[in-house]
Amino acid sequence: MKRSNAPVFWALFGAGGMLAALIAPMLVFITGVAVPTGRLLPADAMSYERMLTLARNGFGKLALPLVVLLFMFHGGLRMYHSLHHLGFHTGSGAKAVIFGIAVLATIAAAVALLAVG
Amino acid sequence: MSSVKTYVRPMAGWWRRNPFFVRYMIREASAPLFYLYALWLVAGIVALSLGPSIYAAWWTVAQYPLMIVLNLVILVFAVYHTWTWFSVLPKTTPDIDVAPGTLIGAGIVAAIVACLALFAFAWGVTR
Repeated sequence: MKRSNAPVFWALFGAGGMLAALIAPMLVFITGVAVPTGRLLPADAMSYERMLTLARNGFGKLALPLVVLLFMFHGGLRMYHSLHHLGFHTGSGAKAVIFGIAVLATIAAAVALLAVG
Repeated sequence: MSSVKTYVRPMAGWWRRNPFFVRYMIREASAPLFYLYALWLVAGIVALSLGPSIYAAWWTVAQYPLMIVLNLVILVFAVYHTWTWFSVLPKTTPDIDVAPGTLIGAGIVAAIVACLALFAFAWGVTR
């Protein structure tokens, strides 16, 4: 019997759901609201120099692609099933697009982080 | 292959008929938002690797009022995700022998602690 790939998707979905539940509100608040508006945190908190330091740091190199991979696999699996719930029975085509983009985006992030040294 | 015409029950608008399913579908709206947020982060990471001027362009877009509003919307859905994720934890982890209320409470507390720690980290390294 061909082994199902479903556990891989559900494991990444679960890990992403847990990570998002724990830190997504604050991560979105910091990167999308607090720093861009300069409220609570300094507006230069995400300056090129600071982000370069994070990108060159071992923690940043690991954490950033992990957030990307897990958020996209979590959101992606739910998007895929929501398509079905909304009456779009797209099958494996939509799955390939949704998770293909997720994998490519993670690789792009990893390559960029390696490129900055 | 012979094609057989079977009756397929129409499902259009099923979720609008029941408030429980409406809440479920509102919750599902957070999925593409997490997906898009991650893509936006990737754009920033790639921009960073391409140099200061490209990164500056990404940061200019990040400061657009529209982006701030979009991030506020994502923030609201993220909080809703946190709340619902831990609310169903007793059902999604049936093997854990802990009272449901304790499990939900522990999850919410863990999320608050994790968020405060993340903010303290950001505060600490940028102030």
